[in-house]
Amino acid sequence: MKDANQQLGHAHSSIPHDSAIKHVTGRADYTDDLPEPQGLIHAYLGLSQCAHGKITGMDFTDTLASPGVLGVMTAADLPGVNDVAPTGKNDDPVFADGEVRYWGQPVFAVLAETRDQARRAAHKARIDYDVLPHALDPIEARDAGMGYVTEPLTLKRGDAAAGLAAAPNRISGRMRIGGQDHFYLEGQIAMALPGEDDEVTIHVSTQHPTEVQHMVAHVLGVPASAVVVNVRRMGGGFGGKETQMNLFACVAAVAAKRLGRAVKLRPDRDDDMTATGKRHDFVVDYEVGFDDQGRILAVSGDWYARCGFSADLSGAVTDRALFHADNAYFYPDVELRSHPMRTNTVSNTAFRGFGGPQGVIVAERIVEQIAYRLGLDPLQVRRANLYRNGQLTPYHQEVTDQILPRILDELEASSDYHARRQAVLDWNARGGVIRKGIALTPVKFGISFTATHFNQAGALIHIYTDGSIHLNHGGTEMGQGLNTKVAQVVAEAFQVDLSRIKITKTTTEKVPNTSATAASSGTDLNAMAALNAAEQIRARLVEFVARTREVAPADVRFEAGHVIAGADVIPFAEVIEAAYLDRIHLSAAGYYRTPDIHWDRKTGRGRPFYYYAYGAAVSEVSVDTLTGEYVIDRSDVLHDVGRSLNPAIDKGQVEGAFVQGAGWLTSEELWWDDKGRLRTHAPSTYKIPLASDRPRIFNVKLAEWSENAERTIKGSKAVGEPPFMLPISVFEAINMAVASVSPTGQPALLDAPATPERVLMAIERLRR
Amino acid sequence: MEHQMRFLLNGSEVALTEVGPADTLLDYLRLTRRLTGTKEGCAEGDCGACTVLVGRLTPDGLIYEPVNACIRFLASVHGCHVVTIEGMSAPGGGLHAIQQAMIDHHGSQCGFCTPGIVMSLYGLWMADPDAGPARIETALQGNLCRCTGYEPIIKAAVAAMDAGGQTADRLAVERDRVAQQLRAMWGQRVTLEKQGQQAIIPADSADLAKVLAEYPGARMIAGATDVGLWVTKFLRDISPAVFIGHLMKDIEITDTASGREIRLGAGVTYTEALPLIARHLPAAREYWLRIGGWQVRNMGTIGGNIANGSPIGDTPPLLIALGARIVLRRGDNRREIAIEDFFIDYGKQDRAADEFVETIVIPVDENAQLAAYKISKRRESDISSVAAGFAITVDGGMITDARIAFGGMAGVPKRATGAEAALRGQPFAEAAFDAAARAVADDFTPLSDMRASAEYRATVAANLFRRFWLERSEPGLPVRLDQAVGA
Repeated sequence: MKDANQQLGHAHSSIPHDSAIKHVTGRADYTDDLPEPQGLIHAYLGLSQCAHGKITGMDFTDTLASPGVLGVMTAADLPGVNDVAPTGKNDDPVFADGEVRYWGQPVFAVLAETRDQARRAAHKARIDYDVLPHALDPIEARDAGMGYVTEPLTLKRGDAAAGLAAAPNRISGRMRIGGQDHFYLEGQIAMALPGEDDEVTIHVSTQHPTEVQHMVAHVLGVPASAVVVNVRRMGGGFGGKETQMNLFACVAAVAAKRLGRAVKLRPDRDDDMTATGKRHDFVVDYEVGFDDQGRILAVSGDWYARCGFSADLSGAVTDRALFHADNAYFYPDVELRSHPMRTNTVSNTAFRGFGGPQGVIVAERIVEQIAYRLGLDPLQVRRANLYRNGQLTPYHQEVTDQILPRILDELEASSDYHARRQAVLDWNARGGVIRKGIALTPVKFGISFTATHFNQAGALIHIYTDGSIHLNHGGTEMGQGLNTKVAQVVAEAFQVDLSRIKITKTTTEKVPNTSATAASSGTDLNAMAALNAAEQIRARLVEFVARTREVAPADVRFEAGHVIAGADVIPFAEVIEAAYLDRIHLSAAGYYRTPDIHWDRKTGRGRPFYYYAYGAAVSEVSVDTLTGEYVIDRSDVLHDVGRSLNPAIDKGQVEGAFVQGAGWLTSEELWWDDKGRLRTHAPSTYKIPLASDRPRIFNVKLAEWSENAERTIKGSKAVGEPPFMLPISVFEAINMAVASVSPTGQPALLDAPATPERVLMAIERLRR
Repeated sequence: MEHQMRFLLNGSEVALTEVGPADTLLDYLRLTRRLTGTKEGCAEGDCGACTVLVGRLTPDGLIYEPVNACIRFLASVHGCHVVTIEGMSAPGGGLHAIQQAMIDHHGSQCGFCTPGIVMSLYGLWMADPDAGPARIETALQGNLCRCTGYEPIIKAAVAAMDAGGQTADRLAVERDRVAQQLRAMWGQRVTLEKQGQQAIIPADSADLAKVLAEYPGARMIAGATDVGLWVTKFLRDISPAVFIGHLMKDIEITDTASGREIRLGAGVTYTEALPLIARHLPAAREYWLRIGGWQVRNMGTIGGNIANGSPIGDTPPLLIALGARIVLRRGDNRREIAIEDFFIDYGKQDRAADEFVETIVIPVDENAQLAAYKISKRRESDISSVAAGFAITVDGGMITDARIAFGGMAGVPKRATGAEAALRGQPFAEAAFDAAARAVADDFTPLSDMRASAEYRATVAANLFRRFWLERSEPGLPVRLDQAVGA
């Protein structure tokens, strides 16, 4: 048996995920797998059956009479504040109080001996409503005067109106971009254990333990110091567990304190998908002016987002949509406006890319339209508009690390883009039922939380007297391999084998005031903090060894499990034991904050991003013009992760993001009925990609020559989100295949997702 | 009659007396046995995180198949061998070749889908050691992974196939002994009770007829791929429930004047029927592999697909086009009806409460040109927006008969009578199919829902007539995606 942990730990090597053995043997514990405390009881949520209405009555007679039921909790039973709003807006109730604002909003919870009993009893409650009008769509909401959930943003540079007026060519359009359910395989779950006095401990599947801690404290009305939040791992997060688990943790915690018993809350998949936020749908109205060579001169656009009933993270999400509305292109005169619309739907939230994809795809739509208008290969238009170093983004950040020209050169060559595009054109020229499309799209993605204060992290390292190392940091493991990467950095710092390092669960007890593991920042922040902790201990060890071995500190080196001091080669464990006896402090708290970033939202100016990650993809598709079905024939990806800490893990992130992004743009469709009820709320109706949906040929490469120009952890770049936008190449290729049926050369202008239905309907429209 | 169910769970025998009809295998594993390697992802048989292997006796011996533990009722594993991720290892006790390959190829990220994927691959590795990437994808149709994009999983699976070692695998080495143990569990009717809820496992088909007489209105459960959701999603009461998944497995093929007649026992699963479909109805093979995922095909039965009367069942459009008949049995009385007559209206079938579908009779007319089409939002493991079966007979250049049935277009699977009439008696030429494409608009008034709009359904239905013609007239240009990809 080959054990991952037997390999030497070094940065920049392809070491398997630290939990790989546990994953494949079923021994990796997720929250629902933890041993249950004696007397554990279960909570289950009761959800609203109305998209908007006043609650006129709640009858729990049958619920309370059900077997095993211990009680019901409503808004009135919360000891603290009925609010889990992550941004302090006080607009996100745990339980609807008096009014429900979307179909599926939690109204109450049932507590029972078993989950099955609680679930069955929850369905027996009768809630009566005085039904009010509802609006689901952002434009509908705008027209109904629903207003914003949070302050909108305008990014402006130059004079867009004048630029548009002066441009030789102009196009305007509207694009509808669908949302996306996270479909983390492990659903939301929390288990709360009551402690002494005001204390409570919570095991929860969360990307943001500190926020859970604050929310639980808030809802219980106790200080944050009374609440401990633990997370060993998540079965996927993707942004869906950045704020959305707050409610589940709070309900479990309140119930646990109320009953003095451990309480677990796990919704079923349907309730999870109904009652938790998703990627924002957008409707975007845009106008672009351009010259006859396809150079963009001015862009003006309005991004209307379906935010749901409350703000949640919609402010930052809609901001990021604008930050990425240029994708990789310089807009000389530009004005971009966000409209975070309040709607009677679940409150939308973070999802990999965080609004960025809904900005980027519009930039690519603009390029597509310019290319069709001018009869150019869209790639020519893309190249003509790429940022050059020194140019300013719409938020006035100077681009200084542009590497897309090289990425495009290499990818064009390796994918044989030009010959294949010609072959596709020739294929389509023959007519026929199956049409093809090919597109090469770039991505430029800004790295850092745009809320500057989140760009900080902590870590804690203990070395025990046997030389074993306990590593803890504020990030959470959701499959992205964060723990492995951080451990690699620490192993390298001490030059020890990875097996010496124990990566422990994330807990608010060890590293306080953490940021969400989000914005692709997990490794950038936490590995730096861990390195800082390791360096503190290492400095003490160097001082100790130099002193006791009588060598200069510069002559003390860590190498392959040993410390070398002049001529002495001492095993690491021996050094540690000796250091302990010499009373050297073998524990350190590390800390890191991203330098050089600032952002003034009021003026729309600053340097919100520490650096950019780049990438590009070429995708070719075949489309069946009789049914609208399609296949991704081939995708080639060249993606920039700087100097990769772990190429295998990074490549896995790129491939996974690609397929997830392709799902967003193809088969994943959120569909509400006219009552405002989401009808695609389980895998039977909501279709994420299968193995057979991934590109038939899938060549993914990392740009091995890239190294981050900024001082990041060992020259690496963030990887979680940027590749999510690579499959816009698939979407654009589908658009090309569809457009080929137009006798007059019209672009397809598909809305997203390009379901077979949308594809076929566009084909039928273009043929006429 | 016995009052306890018996089965093997990994290495040990289990005997249970208190089992309710709605108890799922997954809850038993996770809650009662604390075997938490098997995960709940969706509780509706669509994500595969709960995949386990179930070994069952067949005339060909003991076979192991991946199934969804979430919608598999505990009572239905009586006399079976349940193998979970905890029961999987290399012969020496270390990591199995599949597990090792998954690590080597970085096939897990969050790891939550991983045990289910490993179990599906284990089932494939045993059943089809030469499986290549295409077959591996088919085996994983019922397993969702949200992290990896599947690429490393496919690579791992290919490596595991290459690694081999099947004959030394513990499930191979111990197969005869296990089969013997399982055989000893069968022979009598088993009745189980828990909190007044009853589950009955008849000894054989004759016993089933008796059970239905004794328990009028009892719920029959074969593969549970639909009834499982009544429990896990709708919390419905299904007592008393009769478990029939092990019954009516007979397959008979006889030659007739115009071809063959296939008689399928109602309990034949999609997987069990596949070789037969591939051989005798090759035009329907691809369609067949788009019914559910592998786990669902291993559980779901053709009889169940018909008997539950769904307007979107996958087999009825094809079977109606083929002119299939079904045999309904009540006690010792049998009647045979055309399958299309079974579907009276939405939610209403021609079946008495104590009557059951026993046999499906499929005539294979060698002179008919057959096609089966399924249109869905996602190509595989999805419920159809539109499904269609076409059987067209041409004689001397003239269309002499046309049987065309659609699913997803009405409250029941239904023939396109107007379109059929437009074809019948016409020359086998484009004009006839164009006319039929126009005529089918009057045959159906489809609905709009989350799967498709009425407009899309109607457009696709018409286009399928064009497709049928093009597939037979224009061999120069590809008319199907599978002919064009990579071209």
